[in-house]
Amino acid sequence: MKIEVNTHEKTLLRFAADHPELVVLSADLGSSCEVKAFRARYPERYFTMGIAEQNMCSWAAGLAREGYRPFLHTFSVFLYRRILDQLEMSVAYPNLPVVFVGFVPGLTTPGGVSHQSINDVGVLRTVPNLAILEVGDATEIEGVTQLAWDWNGPVFVRMLRKEVPRLFPADRPMEFNRARVLSEGEDVTVLSSGICTEEAMRATAVLREKGVSVQHLHVSTLKPFTDPTVLAAVKRCRLGVVTMENHVITGGLGSAVAELMAEHAVGKPLRRIGLSGYAHGASRMYLMKKYGIDALRLTSAVEELSGKRLNITEDDLSTARFVDYLEV
Amino acid sequence: MNADFVPSRPGAVASSIRKQILGIALKSGGCYLAQACSSAEIVEALYTRILKLGPSAGLWDAIPFPGVPGPENMDYPRGSAYHGLPAADKDRFFVSCCHYASVIYCALAAIGRLNPSALEKFNVDGWNMEMIGAEHSPGFENTAGSLGQTVSIAAGTAHARRLKGETGRVYCLMGDGELQEGQTWECVQAAGYYHLDNFIMVIDANGQQVEGAVADQMTLEPLAERFQAFGAACAECDGHSIDAVTRACLETEHSGKPLAVICRTRGTTGVPPLEKKWPYLHFVRIAPEERAEFQAVFDAMEGGGAV
Repeated sequence: MKIEVNTHEKTLLRFAADHPELVVLSADLGSSCEVKAFRARYPERYFTMGIAEQNMCSWAAGLAREGYRPFLHTFSVFLYRRILDQLEMSVAYPNLPVVFVGFVPGLTTPGGVSHQSINDVGVLRTVPNLAILEVGDATEIEGVTQLAWDWNGPVFVRMLRKEVPRLFPADRPMEFNRARVLSEGEDVTVLSSGICTEEAMRATAVLREKGVSVQHLHVSTLKPFTDPTVLAAVKRCRLGVVTMENHVITGGLGSAVAELMAEHAVGKPLRRIGLSGYAHGASRMYLMKKYGIDALRLTSAVEELSGKRLNITEDDLSTARFVDYLEV
Repeated sequence: MNADFVPSRPGAVASSIRKQILGIALKSGGCYLAQACSSAEIVEALYTRILKLGPSAGLWDAIPFPGVPGPENMDYPRGSAYHGLPAADKDRFFVSCCHYASVIYCALAAIGRLNPSALEKFNVDGWNMEMIGAEHSPGFENTAGSLGQTVSIAAGTAHARRLKGETGRVYCLMGDGELQEGQTWECVQAAGYYHLDNFIMVIDANGQQVEGAVADQMTLEPLAERFQAFGAACAECDGHSIDAVTRACLETEHSGKPLAVICRTRGTTGVPPLEKKWPYLHFVRIAPEERAEFQAVFDAMEGGGAV
C-alpha cells in the first residue's frame, strides 16, 4: 500500500492556480491543516481570522456573497459544534458556496474529546442545502476539492491529513453521490466511510477466505444520500448489512443506511459499527480497537449476521498500519 | 448623498416611520414600536443623506414569500435590490437589528422605494414582509435574526469589496443589546486588523433590551472605549439629530480603521405614553385601556406613507 503525504496541500495549490476566487480562511490551525504552503504561495488569498471561528464563518459568508469562494480550514469539530448557528444562518440558509474543510475527523486526533468530531455527520445531515463529503484515501483527497467546488453551495468535508494511504487507483477519482464498489458478493454488504474503509479492507479478504461472500462499498458522499449503488447493494445481500464509520452510530452513515432500508422496505438485519458515546484522548489505533471500530469487530458483526463462528483472530488479519499521532 | 430622494422637510421620513408603526401597533395591538421611535432619525439620515445607493431594483409591491434559497431557488427577488443593484461605487446597507424590519419597510415606503400599500402585507402570513426580515424582505441583504452574525457578514463583504478595489462603503445598522454577543467583538477585532475603513457600524444605542434596560442586564459601557480598544474608530452622537448622525458617519476621521457610530437614543421619542413602559419596550403591546392616549398621539402626528 502506497502512503501519500500532505496530499491536500498539493491538491489545493494546483487547484488554486486555476481558480483565483478561491481564498483560504484559518482560525490559527492552518499549519495543522495543510495550508502552510498555500499561505506562502498566495499570502494575499490567505486570511488569518484568529481563534474566532464564529466570526470566521459569517465573514466567509460576506466574501462568498461578493463572488469569492472561501475554504475554511480548521479542525472539523470547530467547524460544526462550535459554530452551528453561524454555519446555518450565515451560510447554509442563503446557500452560499463556502467549503468547510474539517480536519482530524472522529478519532483521528490525539486531542481528546474536545477535538473529536464524533457527531458532525449526524448534526449536519439535518442542515438543508449542505453537502457532506468524507475522504477515505489519497485519491479522494485529490478529488474532493473539485467536487466541493462543483456543488456550488455549502459543503462540509471530513478531510484527512499527512500520511494517508492510496487505496483507490489515482485515475479513478472520487465521484459525487456515488459509492465505490471494492468487492462483489452476495452474503453480506459492508458499507464503510472515511478511515474505516482501510480498516474494513483488512477484514474483507479474510472473510472471503472463510467462505463469506462480501460486497464492500466505500461511501464518500454522506449528504445527499440518494446513491442508487447503495440501494442496490443493501437489496442484494442475503444475510444483512454492516455499516462502519468513524463517528457515533446515531445520525451518520449507519443511520442514513437504516433510513434508506426502511424507506425501501429492505427487511434485513443491520449492524452499525461506530462509537456509542464520547471517547477520550489516545492514539487512533488504540481508540479504534478500544471502541470496536476495527477489522475484528467487523468480522464479529458478520458472524452475528451469518450465525456461524468464523474463528478469526487478530493474527489472521493483516497488520494495522502504524500512524504517528503525536502532533496536534 | 442619496440623490434620488429629498424629503419635503428634514424629519419627514422619521415622522412617517413613527406614524406608520404606531398605526400598525394600534391596529394589531402591538409592534416593535420603541425601535421605530429610537431609530427613526438614524434611518432617515442613512437613507436620505449618508448612503450612496443606486435606484431601487426591488419590486414595487409586496409579493408572496418567494421560497427558501437553495440549489433550485437562487433567483428569488432579493431584499437588497431595494438598495439598488450592486455597483463598485455604491454603498451597501446591512440591517443587523432585524427586529427593525417594520422600520426599514416604512422608510423604503417613505422614500419612494416601496409601494406604501405594501405595508398592508406586513406580518401577514405567506408574504415577504415578515416581522423579522430575511434575505427576501425589502431592504434586507441577509437573514439577521440570530444576533451577532450580520456584522461579520457585512465586514466580510467590506473585506471583499476592498480586495476588488471597489470604492463604495458597507454600512451595518445595529442595536446596542446585540453588542453583548461575543461574535460582535470577534468581528470588530478582525475589521480593525484588516484596516477596513470602508466599513461603518451605526448603533442605535437605545439602552433597552428584552428584559429591561441594557445597563441592568449586562455591562456594555464604556462602549466607545471598547470599540477603540478592539481597533475601530468611534464617534458618539445624539441619535435623534439627523445632522449629528450624518456628521458622525461622514465626517469622523477613521482612515485605516472601521468606524463605529454610537447614536444615543431613547425608545420613547415622539410617543410620550411609552415613558410609562420604560424600560420594558422590546415589543410594545397597547392594551385596550391604553388605546385612547396612543390614538391621540397618532392623530396629532403629521405625515404617513410617502413623504
